[in-house]
Amino acid sequence: MSPLLYLILLPLVGAALAILGLPARRVAIAAAAANFLLSVGLVFSFDFTATGYQFVSSCSVMPTLGIAFTLGADGLSLAMLVLSTVVTLAAVCVARPPKNHPAWFFASLLFISAGALGAFASVDAFFFYMFHELALVPTFLLIGIWGSGDRQTAAWKVTIYLAFGSFVLLIGLIGLWLAMPVGERSFDMRVIADQARQGALFLNDTSMALPFGWGTIHGVQVTYLLLFLGFGILVSLFPFHTWAPQAYASAPAPAAMLHAGVLKKFGLYGILRLITPVFPPEIASQFNTLLLVLLVGNLLYVGFVTIAQRKLDLMLGYSSVMHMGYIFLGLLAWNPIGLSGAALMLIAHGLSIAALFALCGELRERTGTLDLADLGGLAKPMPIFGLLFGFATMASIGLPGFANFAGELMIFFGAFSAGLPAKTGFNNFQITTVIALWGVVISAIYMLRAYRQIFMGPVAECWQNLADLTTVPRLCVIALIILLLIAGFYPQLLINTIAPALIRL
Amino acid sequence: MNAFFLTPEFLVVCLGIFLLMLDAFTTTNKHYLGWAAMIGLAVLLGYSFLTPAVVPEAMPRGFYLLDPTAIFFKRFILLATILTIALAMDFVPIYEKFIPSSRPGAGVGEFFTLPVFACAGMMWMVSAADFIMIFVSLELVTICFYILVASMRKNLGSLEAGVKYLILGALSTGFLVYGITWITGLTGHTSLAGITHVLPMLPVGYQVALMFGLGLVLVALGFKVAAVPFQFWVPDVYQGAPTPVTAFVSVASKAAGFVVLLRVIEPFLTVPALEAKILLVITIMAAGTMIYGNLAALPQVNLKRLLAYSSIAHAGYLLIGVASVQAENAGAAIAFYLAGYLFMTFLAFLVLIHVERATGGDDISDFNGLASRSPILAGGMLVAMLSLAGLPFTVGFLGKFLIFAAAMASYNYGLVILGLLTVACGFYYYFKVIRAMFWQSAPAEAAAIEVSLMTRILILLLSAAIFFFGIFPQPILEMLR
Repeated sequence: MSPLLYLILLPLVGAALAILGLPARRVAIAAAAANFLLSVGLVFSFDFTATGYQFVSSCSVMPTLGIAFTLGADGLSLAMLVLSTVVTLAAVCVARPPKNHPAWFFASLLFISAGALGAFASVDAFFFYMFHELALVPTFLLIGIWGSGDRQTAAWKVTIYLAFGSFVLLIGLIGLWLAMPVGERSFDMRVIADQARQGALFLNDTSMALPFGWGTIHGVQVTYLLLFLGFGILVSLFPFHTWAPQAYASAPAPAAMLHAGVLKKFGLYGILRLITPVFPPEIASQFNTLLLVLLVGNLLYVGFVTIAQRKLDLMLGYSSVMHMGYIFLGLLAWNPIGLSGAALMLIAHGLSIAALFALCGELRERTGTLDLADLGGLAKPMPIFGLLFGFATMASIGLPGFANFAGELMIFFGAFSAGLPAKTGFNNFQITTVIALWGVVISAIYMLRAYRQIFMGPVAECWQNLADLTTVPRLCVIALIILLLIAGFYPQLLINTIAPALIRL
Repeated sequence: MNAFFLTPEFLVVCLGIFLLMLDAFTTTNKHYLGWAAMIGLAVLLGYSFLTPAVVPEAMPRGFYLLDPTAIFFKRFILLATILTIALAMDFVPIYEKFIPSSRPGAGVGEFFTLPVFACAGMMWMVSAADFIMIFVSLELVTICFYILVASMRKNLGSLEAGVKYLILGALSTGFLVYGITWITGLTGHTSLAGITHVLPMLPVGYQVALMFGLGLVLVALGFKVAAVPFQFWVPDVYQGAPTPVTAFVSVASKAAGFVVLLRVIEPFLTVPALEAKILLVITIMAAGTMIYGNLAALPQVNLKRLLAYSSIAHAGYLLIGVASVQAENAGAAIAFYLAGYLFMTFLAFLVLIHVERATGGDDISDFNGLASRSPILAGGMLVAMLSLAGLPFTVGFLGKFLIFAAAMASYNYGLVILGLLTVACGFYYYFKVIRAMFWQSAPAEAAAIEVSLMTRILILLLSAAIFFFGIFPQPILEMLR
């Protein structure tokens, strides 16, 4: 069997052992650490010169429908797998065992991790989809039982939104499947991409008349929209983003790290796998204006909403939604540099938001409040905390030296050169890129202001004796920041790994 | 020996008569009856896999059908009956509270025996290829259910359920007979094969009358499968009936109803002029059923009533399959959905019975803190709810996937969109149960709930089936081919 199977099974076994009564925290850390080592081993045994999927193993499940449990990894999925194991390890390390049901708590975290790993390791679109949903129930429980603030509303909202988004996506997948010639239908991503390249998809496409005389719409257009919106809901594309900030603010820190850092990347990864290699650019370009407007909503509208936030957890939640706008821009640019930038940004954002949520959780443990107005001068009692938070803040804004900067830069380059040249002036992509540049300023405003309000200024009486970060969380955050710096100073390392997977398409 | 005596239905009837006699001779411990019924049915279930299925010669031609669908559903109904009796054995302590007890165990024997006769009726139903046969077998089933639903004689809810079921059931029987009269009068045949043969030759002017007759039959079958607008009886009957009977009605009776529905509309779909009209009627029924079932389930606080509305909702998804029946995989999708529905519904009702026994109520609030009172019951209910909601890796998800795929393949986009919205509703009310079990804390005086070994095994088996067929559906799909 493929070593990827063990990558998925290890957290599940860990979860089972924790539920059966072994010391939950230790089991979780052991499973996450073993998984991390396994993923590092995979990196070393990965053949970077070869193209296509490696470590492939397949087991037919529904031959009549062309569904098979196929695992495999290429450069892109390998990077996502390593991201998942790193963030999982950091999340279970910073997690503090809750008073009630600690075993279920850690088991839920490991379940989310297994779901994400399974999705990134799947070559079969059906299992790719199924694994993502594995995280739905643990998320519901994590927010509902151990969350803070308005946890009930948040838990319901995230569950129903994600379930609905997934079913939209499922319908899109079925549409894609039906578009293949009869007898050759398959959910294998390789087959889908192959058929797309040979032009075998949507051969017998039918068109439907829209009501109210809005013209006709083709099956291929419907499928594209269903897939994009399905993935979009899962990635909090404006205006389907309202679940995300609330859920991240209410979730316990490790759950927010896993969800915002890893699981949400599922949708963007899915676009890179099932939309950009499959649909002809002519079809995609018909909807570019609509989608560009939506992503400007992510960047500007959500950006301004983020500025208005008065609590750190909600602010981080909204900032994570806002940063999705950049990635969407890179994906819509549809050219190698934009796609590579988007893929790089996936990983950079995953690492930086995980570090921020880890620190945010630590802060909540210490002060009991995340209201920016109540905090101040915390850098004095907690100098290292302040320093690390500063690093994570800079990374999130996208300062040069961090991977976020490299990703954003590539996205801007890609987007500015995308689209057809306009007869006069800028085309839609160029206008959007100019607007998106202001997004960087917006994120600088809210992040730096939050930093000033929390760490600078006179320190209040009650915060004089706060303890600084303990060793384990400190090491976790430092590791995440070091990875961001490495990828920021030498992005070619990641690009070389990821690009073949994107260019081949 | 005549092969007629070897048909499984005949053997099931023999088993029922044997149980009746056994009942007369056992005075104290009626549990033996339950075991005897389960073992007998299990043997027959195994027997159905060993012998090749042949249509007995004694049967008149065109009366009795043995295609893969019929064989599949005969096994399905046998399994459902075994599970019903297993549930009934756990339910006996509650049941005995509500029957006059001149002597211990009175009335319990019938509780184990009647499902066996209903089982035989439903097995005939899924093989019926003639309106006479359909009518007679349907009545056998319904009469058994009239008694079973009302059998808790001192429970007002049960009696009310019995009266409602009897009156509306009798009404629907009237519709069925009247519809059959019209169809037979116009075509001169009662057998479906004969009708298929004659239909294309009928004058066009007959079509309105044919649609009228078929419409009446659809009313009766809509009543059986709990489709809107013939669903009024469902919530009250489900809530009032003894819980194992509720499970039996919602699974086996619904499945048999769907098989008959598919068989009855099949001849009429061969006429192009009728096809569009019939499918339109079913599309409207499916849309109404999905909307009504899901929306009405949202505010429910009683779990049995919630499951009643959810059963209507699931009938809606199944009707999507019926409306898309011209697609290649639609039949298999419906059968697979029903098979999944069997596992998850019985699992939910099994846990419900044990919670009823421990807390004395069947409201969702009675499930508060179940996770800490009995992890195995909470785990079983979690699996059942996830599968009913349609989460991946469960059989419920795969069923919805196949149904939606069939609907997409036959361009029923409106139903798909409606299905999407109502599935999202479903997540809310199924997760309400999960919330009660895991978020809420148990009442202060609540003790741990003891669960017998047999129940534990049954919960594990049903959960395992939900996950196994949710990942490897091939065994079920193979049986249907």
